[in-house]
Amino acid sequence: MSEYMIIDGIKVEIEGEKNILELARKAGIEIPAFCYDPELSIYGACRMCMFEDEKGRFDASCSCKPRDGMIIKTNTPRLRKYRKMILELLLANHCRDCTTCHMNGKCRLQEFAYKFNIEDVRFPNNLTVSTADNSSYSIVRVASKCILCGKCVRMCNEIQSVGAIDYAFRGSNMKISTVYDDDIAKSPCVGCGQCAAVCPTGAITIRDCADKVWNAIGDTDVEVSVQVAPAVRVALGTEFGFPEGTNVMGKLTTALKEMGFDKVYDTNISADLTIVEEANEFVNRVKNGGKLPMFTSCCPAWIRFAEETYPDLLDNISTCKSPMEMLGATVKAMYKGEKKHVHVAIMPCAAKKDEAKREKFAGAVDFVISTQEAIRMIKEHGIHFEYLPETTPDNPFEEYTGASVIFGASGGVMEAALRTAVETITGEKLNDVEFKAVRGMEGVKEAEYDVAGLKVKVAAVSGLKNAREVCDKVRKGEVDYKFIEIMSCPGGCINGGGQPFVDAFTRSDIDYKGLRAKGLYDDDQNKSNRKSHDNKAVKALYDNFLGEVGGHKAHELLHTHYEPKKKN
Amino acid sequence: MSKINSVAELKAFRENCKKELDSQAKKILVCAGTGCIAGGSLNIYNKLVELCEQRGLNIQVSLKNHVDHPVGAKKTGCNGFCELGPLVRIDPQGWLYTKVKVEDCEEIVEKSIMNGELIQRLVYVQNVDYAVQEQIPFYKKQTRIVFENCGHIDSEDVCEYIARGGYEALEKALFEMSGEEIVNEITESGLRGRGGGGFPAGKKWSQVARQTNFPKYVVCNGDEGDPGAFMDRSVMEGNPHSMIEGMIIAGVATGATEGYIYVRAEYPLAVARLQLAIKQAVELGLLGDNILGSGKSFNLHINRGAGAFVCGEGSALTASIEGKRGMPRTKPPRTVENGLFDKPTVLNNVETFANVSLIINKGSAWFKSIGTETSSGTKAFALTGNVNNTGLIEVPMGTTLREIIFEIGGGVRNGGEFKAVQIGGPSGGCLTKEHLDLPLDFDSLSKAGAIIGSGGLVVMDNNTCMVEVARFFMDFTQKESCGKCVPCREGTKRMLEILNRIVDGQGRDGDIEMLKELGETISKTALCGLGKTAAGPVLSTIKYFEDEYRAHIYDKKCPAGACQKLKTIWIDPELCKGCSKCARNCPVGAIKGEIKKPFVIDNDKCIKCGACLSSCAFKAIKEI
Repeated sequence: MSEYMIIDGIKVEIEGEKNILELARKAGIEIPAFCYDPELSIYGACRMCMFEDEKGRFDASCSCKPRDGMIIKTNTPRLRKYRKMILELLLANHCRDCTTCHMNGKCRLQEFAYKFNIEDVRFPNNLTVSTADNSSYSIVRVASKCILCGKCVRMCNEIQSVGAIDYAFRGSNMKISTVYDDDIAKSPCVGCGQCAAVCPTGAITIRDCADKVWNAIGDTDVEVSVQVAPAVRVALGTEFGFPEGTNVMGKLTTALKEMGFDKVYDTNISADLTIVEEANEFVNRVKNGGKLPMFTSCCPAWIRFAEETYPDLLDNISTCKSPMEMLGATVKAMYKGEKKHVHVAIMPCAAKKDEAKREKFAGAVDFVISTQEAIRMIKEHGIHFEYLPETTPDNPFEEYTGASVIFGASGGVMEAALRTAVETITGEKLNDVEFKAVRGMEGVKEAEYDVAGLKVKVAAVSGLKNAREVCDKVRKGEVDYKFIEIMSCPGGCINGGGQPFVDAFTRSDIDYKGLRAKGLYDDDQNKSNRKSHDNKAVKALYDNFLGEVGGHKAHELLHTHYEPKKKN
Repeated sequence: MSKINSVAELKAFRENCKKELDSQAKKILVCAGTGCIAGGSLNIYNKLVELCEQRGLNIQVSLKNHVDHPVGAKKTGCNGFCELGPLVRIDPQGWLYTKVKVEDCEEIVEKSIMNGELIQRLVYVQNVDYAVQEQIPFYKKQTRIVFENCGHIDSEDVCEYIARGGYEALEKALFEMSGEEIVNEITESGLRGRGGGGFPAGKKWSQVARQTNFPKYVVCNGDEGDPGAFMDRSVMEGNPHSMIEGMIIAGVATGATEGYIYVRAEYPLAVARLQLAIKQAVELGLLGDNILGSGKSFNLHINRGAGAFVCGEGSALTASIEGKRGMPRTKPPRTVENGLFDKPTVLNNVETFANVSLIINKGSAWFKSIGTETSSGTKAFALTGNVNNTGLIEVPMGTTLREIIFEIGGGVRNGGEFKAVQIGGPSGGCLTKEHLDLPLDFDSLSKAGAIIGSGGLVVMDNNTCMVEVARFFMDFTQKESCGKCVPCREGTKRMLEILNRIVDGQGRDGDIEMLKELGETISKTALCGLGKTAAGPVLSTIKYFEDEYRAHIYDKKCPAGACQKLKTIWIDPELCKGCSKCARNCPVGAIKGEIKKPFVIDNDKCIKCGACLSSCAFKAIKEI
């Protein structure tokens, strides 16, 4: 027997929806909420999503389970009155400098204030002025814009298990705080930016450095090159009206040139480079009894997390630099021009901003801008992105394989590495290049492959809580993986902290991660060349510049090492 | 003490204890509740014991140390009549000595213990002398069943509890009743949670008993945070075994094997007495594995709260025990399914558990015979404020306010006129003259827009400003809000802001309406009980005393004459000698005048600090 509820007069079948809010969405009714996010635990703090039942009782739709025969209304005079009061109370205690806010136009509080026609805030704004915490290269926190919905705390604790922030103090003194209320840079924050990705207001945003990039572009004495990461191309287009997952690399290249970048490179080629080096390292470790399992090293938030939490596993992490740093180092080393050379990277990531500042990398990448910043810069320049012709990135870094582009999705690095490693170990041509077991949005994906009689068990992990679980098992010797890919953001770089803001409701409505991943896998499938070691441009790079794979120069430019983070 | 392994052994042990207790022909019962201890009752106890020993009396301080023809000396729990402490009771006469000092001890021993003489000057007087405790009007009108043993037994000696029938209910629960029968008995009795909500305890227990998710927990809420309320503290301090027994029975009935008592850290004596009581119960085998050879187990732990009022809310309390931030969570899931450590949990307060053994022993029919149809049993109240007899009282549910205030409480202090009573603390509301004959039970109060809450009763006379009362409670709630949900965090702050300005004489047109609007929003939308009831004191005082609010806002007057900022300070020219002392003491230069001529206060400048009032030697300065 089917069960039904009547919501605003609409009969809706209950099909296992976890709460009334989700059921109402199915009926096409969006109940307003600040603190609800389908991927996080129920918090129930904003009280915007209240509904009224037939008897005039109120409850929150986020925490109330649908029951057969329930008749509710989601918009009544009393509900409107309460919602307006809640909004007024929030606004009264909020920095209302909307025009100079990063989230202007995307802020949920701003949106609701408009929708609910808040014309006056009847309470004095006795907000104590709080300055921004600019200590991190990745994120900026502005407490005066916080509405205490707790999404960041839940993200940091439940999904990432980092626990850099939590609630402190009580009542109207409550705030989100690090331990001892220190700067975020002194906390265990890994800079993944997932807190910013869920923040409905401008309280946590990705740090912006677009001005510095514009200045470099405007300086005629400076040559500015830019690289574009795989995941950027399938997310950026949504802001210009393209469906989620559309690959807009060709238009983006044109746009960047129009904006004044001298050279546009594709990070994909260095993803191929990474695979060649990393697969070589992996094969060496297997053959020569090196430390296994080997962890991937592409994700800077994971590296920071490992340095902080798993110092004993640092030798298990591949010494390969991330594709961004490999390309930055190579581009800088190969540059022969007279002018000062500034290299910019467009990344889906907040942690890359921090990675670029690592001393070891000696400023190979001068500035990292997020997908969000790139979008704003394109808009600022007045480019009608949708009408742009498509062009290809510059030589000698324009060629890439299908293996490199899938780096942007969780499991992609593993799959690309397997394509190369398997051929290297077996010495035979690999016909079926698709390792589908490591694809998809699950947090931990396991697979086992028989490679020339050797059983190779691998895992692709995304989300740091999942990473913690896997690392704990590795520590205890409970698993016998040989190779583990770890990406900090759930689903990989396509869902990076620097990607365009996707609000909570869109998150539950469309599989934006799946669509973005599909954009990358489609590109891979359409490539005739799908193995990194077959990339002719990479081969030429080794022949003409780097020398041997894993050789001296390659080591100098393409590898690094890790140090346990000193606790404050 | 050695472990008791069977009912037969416990019965024999009880007989022994009884014999010892009965052999004490004379007893000195010194109240050792927190109030009396603060008044020095422990010194009095020590002095009395010392004097008895000096005089060769066979003093018996513990039932275990057998002596012949003994005089029993006991440190009892709270007697409730705290205002008159330190209290000393002399048995068998039943005399209650009030406001006893160490210097009185010699006389007490010489006259009362050795010669059976009453010391008249230590006796309570209310129009006439009342020597016998039970005859005092304060006690006469009470029905003390939960507090029956408080004040009569040594609170630190399990033997005395056992001697007076303690753990008989546990015997019954373990060996004569099934879990279902226990739950049914509690359900039948109509026992409702004494913590404020009034949820039927039996229903709660049966819901937990039904769960198949183990382990299950029994949690006792001893985080009594209402200002001025100390009912639960008195049980924990005075008769800790009664609630421990109730908790074990709850465990037996529902299949829970672990229990937690959550006590606020501000109750160090309660914590110490509970620790001791648990230790004794474990030693006797009344707690732990295989209780009395029944094969059933129950372990008990104490958790100290860190000082947050909101931790009295069920889900915040369990979070706090788990080591998390004490913050309420959304419901469902409810505590009975998903409580402590996400396991099924029986959560009741101290007074509720203290009723359990009584019901099991005497039966649900007996319990139902006390109180009203829908609220059976008794309720403890902390009676404070402008009333002659303040203290802790226990009355049948359904007793009227009039009986409590005018009979037990002895009427309004200083012959003042009764104005209102604040019931249920910061979550409650006020009741006025029109409610004097309202029976105090869960349902009648709920209809009147108030709640029993945990049982605070603050009596107010005509000198009490109702706006200030509302402001006081809002200040408390606002500070104690956890900060999680918007209406409570931001709304209470704004309500307090408005109330502050009203009592400061800065009230504006529209403030009453805004208070109502905020109050309604908070009541209807807040996440937890604390928030939902936070506006109660404000809304109920507006309901019954709106004219007082209006006087503050529009006439800038406090009808009760209590709000300092609304007073006008005036110098009586007839009395002023023109000495200028007041002018010199005024911090804002609001007083001017010529020497030897009457001075004048500029009330626009005056900040009503009162410095001039205390400086005037001629009582020429007056507040109006």
